[in-house]
Amino acid sequence: MDTIRPSVGFAAVKLLEDAGCTVEVPAQTCCGQPAFNNGDRATAKALAMQMIEAFERYDAIVVPSGSCGGQIIKHYPELFADDPNLAPRANRLAAKTHELVSFLTDILGVQAVAAHYPGRVTYHDSCSGLRELGIQSQPRKLLQSVEGLELVEMPHSDVCCGFGGTFAVKYGDISNQIVTEKVTNVASVEPDTLLAGDMGCLLNMAGKLSRQGSSIKVRHVAEVLANMGDEPAIGEAEGGKP
Amino acid sequence: MSTVSTAHDFKRNAEKVIADGTVVKNLKAVRQNFIDKRVKAAQGLPEFEALRENAKEIKNHTLAHLDLYLERYEAKVKEAGGHVHFAVDAAEARKIALEICRKVGAKTVTKGKSMITEEVGLNEFLETNGITPVETDLGEYIIQLRGERPSHIIAPAVHLNKNQIESDFRRVHTHLDPNRDLTEKVSLLTEARGVLRERFLAADVGITGANFLIAETGTSIIVTNEGNGDLTQILPKVHIVMASIEKMVPTLEDVSQILRLLARSATGQEMSVYTTLSTGPKRMGDLDGPEEYHVILLDNGRSAMLGGEFQDMLRCIRCAACMNHCPVYHQIGGHAYGWIYPGPMGSVLSPSLIGVDEAGHLPNASTFCGRCESVCPMKIPLPKMMRHWREREYERHLNPALTRAGLGFWAFFAMRPKLYGLATRIGMKLMALASRGKGRFASLPFASGWTKHRDFAAPQGETFQARFKRERGTR
Repeated sequence: MDTIRPSVGFAAVKLLEDAGCTVEVPAQTCCGQPAFNNGDRATAKALAMQMIEAFERYDAIVVPSGSCGGQIIKHYPELFADDPNLAPRANRLAAKTHELVSFLTDILGVQAVAAHYPGRVTYHDSCSGLRELGIQSQPRKLLQSVEGLELVEMPHSDVCCGFGGTFAVKYGDISNQIVTEKVTNVASVEPDTLLAGDMGCLLNMAGKLSRQGSSIKVRHVAEVLANMGDEPAIGEAEGGKP
Repeated sequence: MSTVSTAHDFKRNAEKVIADGTVVKNLKAVRQNFIDKRVKAAQGLPEFEALRENAKEIKNHTLAHLDLYLERYEAKVKEAGGHVHFAVDAAEARKIALEICRKVGAKTVTKGKSMITEEVGLNEFLETNGITPVETDLGEYIIQLRGERPSHIIAPAVHLNKNQIESDFRRVHTHLDPNRDLTEKVSLLTEARGVLRERFLAADVGITGANFLIAETGTSIIVTNEGNGDLTQILPKVHIVMASIEKMVPTLEDVSQILRLLARSATGQEMSVYTTLSTGPKRMGDLDGPEEYHVILLDNGRSAMLGGEFQDMLRCIRCAACMNHCPVYHQIGGHAYGWIYPGPMGSVLSPSLIGVDEAGHLPNASTFCGRCESVCPMKIPLPKMMRHWREREYERHLNPALTRAGLGFWAFFAMRPKLYGLATRIGMKLMALASRGKGRFASLPFASGWTKHRDFAAPQGETFQARFKRERGTR
């Protein structure tokens, strides 16, 4: 988000400010998930500590990603479980951290957004958001309120896209099989746009779709909800050519 | 030493399966079948979630007192007139089974479906010692004809299609009319049934596994859909149960709860067609049953899992829901995993049983999508335990040097926010320029594993943090 697609960050800021929040962006790097999932617990802990120190002074921490959110909410408490000094801090941070769409709907009670996006849209449930944080109905509910948007469900929207972080590179051939099946399911409902809530999945699916020469645009769900759907889509050339 | 493993060659195994393309096609219909039926069965039982929680507690309790329950079980089996043999490893289990077979001069043994006998490599061992093992579960029978191993723990031949099976039957059943019609699935079934019927009657010993062992009564339980297990254990003079120690459950009441989860999670049935309880040999006045009843209890690395990070894995009841729902298993099938247990449960269990040096790929070959854990009736935290294996590998420098170097490089920057900010600002600007407005890269030298199969989206140019600071000022 920070590096590849900053417009997602700005979409998140706009949605939060529209809902009445004051948004600050403290200097930050990474939640540590790549280290955690590759077995490097020491680095994962060090990065978690860095996050805790940068963010614990805020009332709420909002993340436009289910997997980074899941890392903080579910796995920070696990990382520090045997450390009586740091466990309370990790637990407190976890308790006030939220995935963006879940924060808007479940915490702030946002029912609708003021956005316009003409076209047929399908939504992929990213695994961490879905299974670690229970995000499924919330984005769909908000998307229903977007003017001009027709939401269609693809088959098996809850099945992994094959990204899995370093898995996509370490086991590229298997990952390719999974994402090929995923984009076949996407294309089967003939959408104009594919949305999801996690940059990893989005880069994976967008990369496969464009490699296949598909004209389906891929965007982060926050961009559409924030009425920022005129930005070139992920992997799309400037000027809007796929 | 257990059955030979090619788990270290996982990547190549998987590549071959993918290049061939048959397995993924064969698995397509089947996997959806399992998934849809499980959902229906689970939704049809309001207490399904509560049962999962109970089942987990029952097994946790059993594992915490496993020594006690094993002794209790042993005493009860003896009381019923049976024999219990403890086997530390695969070699000992095979030896005990062979001795029992030799004592009664067995030439043929029939077998009910059993993953434990696969784990110890019993069939090959009996064959080398002049005893013919005959698999009687249809799927197991088919793969025995092909000289293969099960590719799935409850549907061993799920990787095959009807045409492949038909040609195997024509190749092996040469005593039958070569012009017979085998186009219908049921004709294959009827043929196997006819061939197996004679084998059932001729067998000297019947060997089954066990889904559960009940400590309070000394009972072993098998669940099947074909009834082959019943014929295997009732017709021959000797019945051998070979089971691993964690199959233990304290009481019949406990097992009745877990049984309500097993078939629903496995095949979406409310119960399997046959749930067969056996306690000791034939008693006075019984019309049928074996004259001798033996239980071989296998450890083979399991007791070492007790009390450690991987103990939860011993709750597994082998329903296969995890592999039925695994996106990786769907693409490569079971054989690619290289040892006995495929899919998520195997990716946790195999390193425990044959070592993480041999099976190190398996816990890495997961996207951590979490679907396995979400359907596991015993609530086993499979992704978490795969991650624990990755931690062991990282500690011991078993993962690839390139991965380690890449992670180290990334971590160096991630731990230094100012440097990270500078590096990403420059890096993203350069990448955006290099993409020349095309919005994506078709190839990137440092990410060829990615760009071999898909494009990589070009960054928008400025990082979020830099642009936010520029537009809003420092806070």
